[in-house]
Amino acid sequence: MTNHYIDLMNSDCILMMGANPAENHPISFKWVMKAKEKGATLLSVDPRFTRTSARSDFFMDMRSGTDIPILGGLIKYILDNNLYFKDYVVNYTNASFLVNPDFGFDDGLFTGYDPETATYDKTTWSFQTDDQGIAKKDPSLQDPNCVFQLMKKHFERYTIDRVNETSGSSKAKLEEFYKTYAATGAPDKSGTIMYAMGWTQHTTGVQIIRAMAMIQLLLGNVGNAGGGVNALRGESNVQGSTDQALLFHIIPAYMPAPRSNLESLEAYNATTPKSPDPKSANWWQNRPKYIASLLKAMYPDQDPAVSYSYLPKLDPGQNCSWLVLFDHMNQGKFRGYFAWGQNPAASGADSQKTRDGLSKLDWLVVANVFDNETASFWKGPGMNPAEVKTEVFILPPAVFCEKEGSVTNSGRWVQWRYAGPKPMGDCITDGAMALELLRRIRALYAEEGGAFPDPIMNLNTKDVADPTKKFPHDFDSKRVAKLLNGYFVKDVKIGDTTYKAGTQVPSFAMLQDDGSTACGNWVYSGAWTEAGNNMARRDKTQTEMQANIGLFPNWSWAWPVNRRVAYNRASCDPQGKPYAPHKAVIEWDGSKWVGDVPDGGWAPGEKHPFIMTAEGYARLFGPGLADGPFPEHFEAMECPFEEHPFSSRLHNPTALEFTGEAVKRAVCDPRYPFVGTTYRVTEHWQSGVLTRWTPWLVESMPQNFVEIDPELGKLRGIESGDKVIVENMRGKIEAVAIVTPRLQPLKAMGQTIHMVGTTWHFGWVHPTDGGDSSNLLTPAVGDPNTFIPETKTFMVNIRKA
Amino acid sequence: MQGKSFFVDLTKCTACRGCQVACKQWKKLPAEETRNWGSFQNPKDLSFITYKLVRMTEAMDGDKFKQWYFFPDQCRHCIYPPCKMVGDMFDDQAILHDEETGAVLFTEATKNLDFEEIRMSCPYDIPRWDEASNLQSKCDMCNDRVQNGLLPACVLSCPTGTMQFGDSDEILEIAKKRLEEVKKYKPNAALTDPNDVRVIFLTSDNPREYFRYAVASADIPKLSRKAALAKAIAPARQVFG
Repeated sequence: MTNHYIDLMNSDCILMMGANPAENHPISFKWVMKAKEKGATLLSVDPRFTRTSARSDFFMDMRSGTDIPILGGLIKYILDNNLYFKDYVVNYTNASFLVNPDFGFDDGLFTGYDPETATYDKTTWSFQTDDQGIAKKDPSLQDPNCVFQLMKKHFERYTIDRVNETSGSSKAKLEEFYKTYAATGAPDKSGTIMYAMGWTQHTTGVQIIRAMAMIQLLLGNVGNAGGGVNALRGESNVQGSTDQALLFHIIPAYMPAPRSNLESLEAYNATTPKSPDPKSANWWQNRPKYIASLLKAMYPDQDPAVSYSYLPKLDPGQNCSWLVLFDHMNQGKFRGYFAWGQNPAASGADSQKTRDGLSKLDWLVVANVFDNETASFWKGPGMNPAEVKTEVFILPPAVFCEKEGSVTNSGRWVQWRYAGPKPMGDCITDGAMALELLRRIRALYAEEGGAFPDPIMNLNTKDVADPTKKFPHDFDSKRVAKLLNGYFVKDVKIGDTTYKAGTQVPSFAMLQDDGSTACGNWVYSGAWTEAGNNMARRDKTQTEMQANIGLFPNWSWAWPVNRRVAYNRASCDPQGKPYAPHKAVIEWDGSKWVGDVPDGGWAPGEKHPFIMTAEGYARLFGPGLADGPFPEHFEAMECPFEEHPFSSRLHNPTALEFTGEAVKRAVCDPRYPFVGTTYRVTEHWQSGVLTRWTPWLVESMPQNFVEIDPELGKLRGIESGDKVIVENMRGKIEAVAIVTPRLQPLKAMGQTIHMVGTTWHFGWVHPTDGGDSSNLLTPAVGDPNTFIPETKTFMVNIRKA
Repeated sequence: MQGKSFFVDLTKCTACRGCQVACKQWKKLPAEETRNWGSFQNPKDLSFITYKLVRMTEAMDGDKFKQWYFFPDQCRHCIYPPCKMVGDMFDDQAILHDEETGAVLFTEATKNLDFEEIRMSCPYDIPRWDEASNLQSKCDMCNDRVQNGLLPACVLSCPTGTMQFGDSDEILEIAKKRLEEVKKYKPNAALTDPNDVRVIFLTSDNPREYFRYAVASADIPKLSRKAALAKAIAPARQVFG
């Protein structure tokens, strides 16, 4: 989230699309309802009428996978009707930048496409620069090569007729939606978006979110109260795990993972973003300080230049994302796997492929609170235990409420939790497991020797383990939290102040690139300072200005530097005056900023507000993505059409797919005529490992179900409560039918489109009549940027069981 | 008015069923063995072990889908509870009326009552019966919690601000004020029997579209002969106790 949950109440218009917050983020609705009470309009756009729709002022149904046409139509509407916030667009976005004249777009492809590799050479996706290297601009936005004009040209094709034809959403509804949302472009109004996996889980997922980010920029809705681009995280600590680099392409705090072509720390640092523009803060120019401090946190006794060589390196272009890992597992490319707090045999797309992959392993370690489809995969449906060689180890972990530590919510609040009840029996914390694992590996090295022991033997444990305690009680999350904040390794003089060795750094501004500071995660710097554990603060003190927008700066701590609304300098004009004075986030009082922690303390106009891009401007033209600088509509990898009206390219030409799997996919296949989609319900959580064993929740949602519209019910002779089979070339599931008028068939491109929606909460282990995972149906194809699987749009057939 | 009341603002209810589960948790009630019956709503109905149930109704406007209505059903804790009036005729210790809170409480002595009579007496169809023990049960306003200064479990669990609980006079004021706000954009909005019960719902449309027994009504023949008789003699009786 750029903003935070409470801030939703400041919005004039909340769009809920690609998310179902009433059901999946129930607490968020406290603030959504507050916004409504204050007069906000709530918009629900979804293929189904959901519990979110029931509380919204407006509902529009749509064909799953047509978010880009709908949002592209909104961009066109805003541009055609001059509803964009002109000062904001000119001053704070790259709308005025002149693009390389060799850049172009034709029939679904941007310049630079290589069909052999299905990737783009992005050389032409660049800006014209002056002799200092700063992008040339046309603030009048008239130059035919400026971003604004190119954007206008790109979205010319997104006419309301074409959007209607593609999405099946009615023209009247589209117009009402566009008019309502575009009204938030007034300088003192704000509109916000709540999205989640309904947007990310498509082969065009990142471009859907980019389209919305562009809309927010055109309307001046980033940086202000009640605005922003707000991703609702699907787990209570997903934000935290991302911050700590759970993903393969980054190391902690969003630094790129080292690659083997960057052999030395010097070579790594040479890739640090640079800006010749003195008005660009280019915050990432500080990266050498952060990587040196991270290395010092991991290896306190080594020079960072040496410890850089300890870090594992990906090969250039190497992809270690989820789908690729399981593809490699299937090919027998690795031997062991830790499924730690995960249930991939039910949660991963194309579950059969995932389950087959597990059977190719020598060993599998499952750390989970309850038995699940992954731990017991070897005795699951279609498996012959005698033929499965995988040895499975099950570790009993402590439950979340039994552990002390921080949880980072979607709004970036890092909140400290104390341990509640003691873990049952032999259950121990995940931290204790990891620490002991390291010690056992070290013992093996000491005993048997081995290649390259230094990264293991020298790893920092003194800042992780409490020496006064013994396993499994010595893992100390307080020490880890202090290490994440960072400390001075030796006495350091900054300005007139000397910071003593061993003291906590006050913020990441004090981190050094010479090894004199250690910091496990620079964005968490400030969370545990000499003042104490700021994450544990529960102080509701606030100024009147902060109270006005529900900002609680002394309650927990938010990264970065306790800033609650990111990019907040963009909520003020270049003189520091808030565009929306009645709900100001920050304001320049003549000598300093008041309100929230600003995005840098520079005086108004001294620096461009988007400090995380090298150029300091928000990007309407986004040259960094794998599939293009502007969003473009493509059909899902499985779809009921052979063509669509935007280009002759049916699918995203850069989507992640695996050799030989196209035969398992249905495009315009009469055997699989219905659009499948998956989702969650309030009563269960993720693959259901925790909730399926909770009797009161099973009572309220006892079995997997399939929602279909009444017309499809008639077509297939299915009535509510009937057992049905949903199937495609990858698998089949049994579930109970809910035939409901909350779903309606849609007319799109001359066809009647019926949807089959189902949850992915169930699995064969428990309850035994709950039904198996609906991920048996979803395809292993992914977005080219995030590699997230396309589980929201695929093709199926449905029949009575 | 003395005692405590609930205000349930259905314009804010998302049917998350936190209240339904919180009730079972506080009351240590077992889960029912349910099957999906083609609806999100489960269990299908209130029972001896289910005091709170979020009912979900898909309403049509002709052949067009209109709204998905959510109704967290529970005992309304009537100001003049007809169940007690009927119950007292059999055993005046079976159904008690808490003087302080106004909670209507079913005791072990409900086994001495005629279940059908009691259920028929309730304008909201709340009381349920256990065949084995002949006991009756329903929501008791979390009287144990309330007597100790805590909120009822369902109210505490509500994430959206749908449920509020407090002194009856204040709650009625809040309900009336909120009704006026909602009427500005939902002209058919209504409070359900606000002067007769301690659980007041705010509906944005006709309450009957939410649930048949959302409001008491003469057109539904619920009141038994005995209850009608009891009602007739009510003024002569002591209201509490």
